[in-house]
Amino acid sequence: MGQISPELEKRLSLAVEKMPAFPKSVQRILELTRDINCLPKDVVGVIEKDPVITIKILKIINSAYYRLPNKITSINQSVVYLGINTIKNLALNFSTIGILPSQNPAGFDIHDYLMHSLATATIARQVGLQYADGEADPNDCYIAGLLHDFGKVVFAQYMPEEFREALDQSAFENMPLHQAEEIAIGADHTLVGAMLARRWQFPETLIECISEHHSGSFCSPLAECLYVADQITDRLGYDSHGNLAAEMEPPALPARFGGDLDTVMAALGDLDKMVEEAKSFSQMGAS
Amino acid sequence: MKFRFWGVRGSIPAPGPRTVRYGGNTTCIEVRSDDNTLIVLDGGTGVFQLAQSLLSQLPVTAHIFITHSHWDHIHGLPFFIPLFIPGNKVRLYGSMDPVSGHGVEQVMAVQLQYSYFPVREAEMKAAIDYEILTIDEPVQVGDATVTNTLLNHPVLDFGYRIECNGKSLFFTGDHEPYFNIYDPEDAGWAEYQGLIEEKQLAVDEAMRGVDALIVDTSYSLAEYQSKKGWGHGHYDGAIDMALRVGAKTLYCTHHEPTRSDDALEALFAEVMARNAPRLGDLKVVLAYEGLEVTL
Repeated sequence: MGQISPELEKRLSLAVEKMPAFPKSVQRILELTRDINCLPKDVVGVIEKDPVITIKILKIINSAYYRLPNKITSINQSVVYLGINTIKNLALNFSTIGILPSQNPAGFDIHDYLMHSLATATIARQVGLQYADGEADPNDCYIAGLLHDFGKVVFAQYMPEEFREALDQSAFENMPLHQAEEIAIGADHTLVGAMLARRWQFPETLIECISEHHSGSFCSPLAECLYVADQITDRLGYDSHGNLAAEMEPPALPARFGGDLDTVMAALGDLDKMVEEAKSFSQMGAS
Repeated sequence: MKFRFWGVRGSIPAPGPRTVRYGGNTTCIEVRSDDNTLIVLDGGTGVFQLAQSLLSQLPVTAHIFITHSHWDHIHGLPFFIPLFIPGNKVRLYGSMDPVSGHGVEQVMAVQLQYSYFPVREAEMKAAIDYEILTIDEPVQVGDATVTNTLLNHPVLDFGYRIECNGKSLFFTGDHEPYFNIYDPEDAGWAEYQGLIEEKQLAVDEAMRGVDALIVDTSYSLAEYQSKKGWGHGHYDGAIDMALRVGAKTLYCTHHEPTRSDDALEALFAEVMARNAPRLGDLKVVLAYEGLEVTL
C-alpha cells in the first residue's frame, strides 16, 4: 500500500474545499432556496445525495469545535445540531462554487461515478437493515456507500493526467482500477478517500471501511455491508470505472449473508426501485 | 445573584404608547453575581439603558454573552457607552458561525463599518476582547459559572446557564422546540424523532432544576402553527419545558413586536388559565423592562 506525502495530503485536502458540487444538486438547492418556505426534508433530500456537499457538511459538524459526543455521519443529525437554516446556507455556499463538469481531462465520467455512489449508498442501507441490524447503523451504511469512491473524483479533478493513465491501464490490461492507480499515482482511491475522511475526523469505522473496500478484509459489519452493496451495484451494471475489471478472486461473503451474491440480491427485493431515484438524480443537468 | 430585564422585545424595537408597560427595547438582561460581577446576556437596544446605569459605577468590567448574532440581540452594542471610556474592560463571548467561518468578533466588526457607524473599533477606548466559546464548556466569570448549550434557531444560538453559590438561571436566547421535519408517513420520521428526542434530553439536562428559566415565548400556540421553523418558541412549549426540567420560575420574554401591552396580558391570562391545572409549584412571570429578580 502506498503512502501519501504530507505535501500531497495537504494539496488534495485543500482541493476538496474548492471542489464544486454535482449539477443536479446545485440546481435543486438553488430552486428550493428561492422559496423561503421550502421544506427542510426536501433540502436534506438533495444534500444527502451529493457526495461533495455531504462531505463538506460532515467535515464541519465533526470538527473539534462542536465537540459532539459521537461522530456524526448523517445530514439529519447535522440538522438537529446546527438547524436547517444553517445547513441550507452551508449547502448554498458550496453550491455557488460551481458545478462539477461532466467532462474532465481524465476522461472520468462524473455521471457514472455519482450513479454508482448513490446506488451503492441506497443498497448498502438496505443491506445493513436486513443483514446487520444492530451491528451497522443503516445511515453509516448509506454514507459509506456514498463516499467510498470519493478518492476517484478527487483524482479526476486534481490529478487528471495520472488518473487518465490509471484508467487506461485498467481498461487495456483488465486490471482493477485501484491497482492501476497505485502504479500511476503511487496511491489508490481507497487510501486518498480514507486520508481525507481521517483528516476531517469522520468516525473511525467509516474511515476504515473506505480504506479497506478493495482489500477483501472484512474489518467490520459496516465494511461487509459496503462490500456487498458495492458488488451488487457493479453487478447491476452501474460500475464505477474499472471495478468491473474484477477483483481477481472475490472472497466468499461473510457468514451473515447466508449465501452468495445472488442469494443476497434475491433477498433484497426490488433492486430496480432502489436505484431508480439514484438514476434520476445523477442525470447531468436534467430537470 | 440577581438579574434585571433591560429589553424584552423580540425582532425589532417597538416603542410607543401601546408597549409602554412592558417596554419596547430588544433583548438585554443584566446579571449580577454575588460578588457583583457584571454579566450581560445579549446586546439588544436594552443595553443602551443598562449602559446609562453603569456610568455612575466606572470603571466597569462587563462580560457580555451573546446568544446569537441576529440584529435584535446585538444592535445595541455600538451604543454600550463604557466602550468609549478608557479604563473599562469589555469581553464579548459567543459562538463560531459555521457559515461565515467567523467568531463572535464578527458581531462588532459588522456593525462598526464606516458606512454604518461613525466610530471604528480601534477608536473605542475600552479594552475590548472576544472569546469564542467551546460548546458545553463552562467559563468562570468572577464567582459565577456560565455554561453554554447549543439550541434551535436559524443561526447558531447558545442558551446560557449561570450558576453562583447554589443559585442558577438559564436564558434560551431564541429557541424553537425541536420538531420533526418529516411527516409521520415518511421513511425518515422515526429516525429523526429519535435524534430530536436525544437532543432534547441533553438540552433539558442543561436547564435542569434552575431557579429562573428565561425563555423565548414569541408566539401563542395558534400563531406558532404558521411560523414553524422560524426559530421561536410559544408559551405552551415554554411551560412544557419548565415542567420537564423542574424550573422554579419561568420568565416569558422576546415579546412579539406588534403585540400591545393589553394584547400581551390578554394572551398571558388565556395561557395561564388553560395551563393552571398542570403548573403545580411552577411560577410563570411575564417579563417586563425593569423587572429585577433576586434569587
